[in-house]
Amino acid sequence: MADTDVLPNNTSTGLETSGPRGPRPRPMLSRRNIILYGTLIVIAVYYLLPLYVMIVTSLKGMPEIRLGNIFAPPVEVTFQPWVKAWAEACTGLNCDGLSRGFWNSVRITVPSVIISIAIASVNGYALANWRFKGSEIFFTILIFGSFIPYQVMIYPIVIVLRELGVYGSLTGLVIVHTIFGMPILTLLFRNYFVSVPEELFKAARVDGAGFWGIYLRIMLPMSLPIFVVAIILQITGIWNDFLFGVVYTKPDTYPMTVQLNNIVNSVQGVKEYNVNMAATIITGLVPLIVYFLSGKLFVRGIAAGAVKG
Amino acid sequence: MATSDRPFQPFRNLNAKIASIPMILTALVIFIGCTIWTIYYSFTKSKLLPKSNFVGFDQYERLWSTRRWLVSIENLVIYGSLSLIFSLIIGFLLAALLDQKIRFEDTFRTILLYPFALSFIVTGLVWQWILNPDFGVQSVVQGLGWESFSFNPLYDADIVIYGVLIAGLWQGTGLVMCLMLAGLRGIDEDIWKAARVDGIPMWKTYLYIVIPMMRPVFITTIVIITSGIVRVYDLVVAQTGGGPGIASEVPAKYVYDYMFQSQNLGQGFAASSMMLVTVAVIVIPWAYLEFGGKRRG
Repeated sequence: MADTDVLPNNTSTGLETSGPRGPRPRPMLSRRNIILYGTLIVIAVYYLLPLYVMIVTSLKGMPEIRLGNIFAPPVEVTFQPWVKAWAEACTGLNCDGLSRGFWNSVRITVPSVIISIAIASVNGYALANWRFKGSEIFFTILIFGSFIPYQVMIYPIVIVLRELGVYGSLTGLVIVHTIFGMPILTLLFRNYFVSVPEELFKAARVDGAGFWGIYLRIMLPMSLPIFVVAIILQITGIWNDFLFGVVYTKPDTYPMTVQLNNIVNSVQGVKEYNVNMAATIITGLVPLIVYFLSGKLFVRGIAAGAVKG
Repeated sequence: MATSDRPFQPFRNLNAKIASIPMILTALVIFIGCTIWTIYYSFTKSKLLPKSNFVGFDQYERLWSTRRWLVSIENLVIYGSLSLIFSLIIGFLLAALLDQKIRFEDTFRTILLYPFALSFIVTGLVWQWILNPDFGVQSVVQGLGWESFSFNPLYDADIVIYGVLIAGLWQGTGLVMCLMLAGLRGIDEDIWKAARVDGIPMWKTYLYIVIPMMRPVFITTIVIITSGIVRVYDLVVAQTGGGPGIASEVPAKYVYDYMFQSQNLGQGFAASSMMLVTVAVIVIPWAYLEFGGKRRG
């Protein structure tokens, strides 16, 4: 951890050109640097602590947890809690572990990500390049609609889904995720397509390409980075959802987050903290992997989501 | 561009209109239709099923005389204001630290932001474990020899909301830091040079020059944080379940419980309409400031 103030020049090239502001750099081991890096390391340790506690607890046996300190590393490493969390932990009458919730979440996330992005990218494209009377009004409603608390709309949507015959099924939940992903994704794609040079669009028009032709052959291949940003945004958002899962699915089709909460906060039986932490970490694994692999693209996604208009 | 002032032609641009059907339906049916539906039925005596027997403001009167709702609102105010203040301060300080031409900036940023990628359920459960009185921070500090040490927010009704706040800040400050960092990078370097030439200390430059210049970033961040705070639900469900007793209830949980568990739809609708009012009070003035001038006409 203390290597930060010793190693010279191995990562600094990118930083200087990307232009951080602030005062001029000074010698490495100055008092200012020790305070600066010391503070940063303390903060980083604080932010990492819960992750560390989760991992450490999940690798201990119950007797060790009862005796010891939650911050101590495991004396005897055991993977039993992970196995139990995955395959045997009970929610209500079912005792097949988190695996069911995991596969439900996969079956919810994959179609939701694909459908919501397909729809939103075409919407954004229409808004950017093929404006029609009223298109901006609908877009404004969409953006302001994203501020409405979900609680206001959840019940009428139950009725709509029931009328469509998909209430309680995974299909219903996929529709809900598509709807609520639409404002942010449409904004993301619209802003991206607006920045594509107009000449390109005009040239394609002159060559006789139509709405779908331009979308599929020009816009789609050009905008792969923004699709990746959208995919990251949607995978983490949908995987982490709890409210829609608990409202629109039944116990058999509960996504992982709902099942996790039921396992850990169930009142029956002896609390097995190691199994609970193993289950928690397994649930967090998918978004964490996406996050650590995507790096800067994740930041771009949230920045795009944050800076509206 | 494809827009111009022409007479109404319903079949012009037909493909674009077909492609926009999902967006139009979402805007009209979900965002406008469902919202009006809920507000309409909040004035009825709906119990198990929505019914159109009007009772005026009865549901709202009952709502504001229910202790659980008052506790929820009080919690939301405490949690909301503290979480707003602390996440702005911490987020800004972290961003300023990361902006000091440091090495390993990406590593530090990755560490500070990773909680944001996690579900509120995961965050709530981890902090429930860390704050567990028998095994967590309290027992560890007592084990170090300080026998009388007491820090047990999750089972103490007076301070439980601060336990939730600790978890909420851990998850949310990374996002604020990122937004602030983007804002700081948008400040012209000449400002810094000029301040240095004039011999203004760094903290003064931040306080009197940089922060006022970052006003739009602050406003956007505040709107994002507040609209998230009003929705806070998962975190409380996972970390405390609203307990001990009703000490950590929040409005979103009140809505869910009345709609789907107590089968008292009218109350749920009235409570959710109040949430909408809260958001509107924040978003409408902001939207007016941001877009008001442009959108008219």
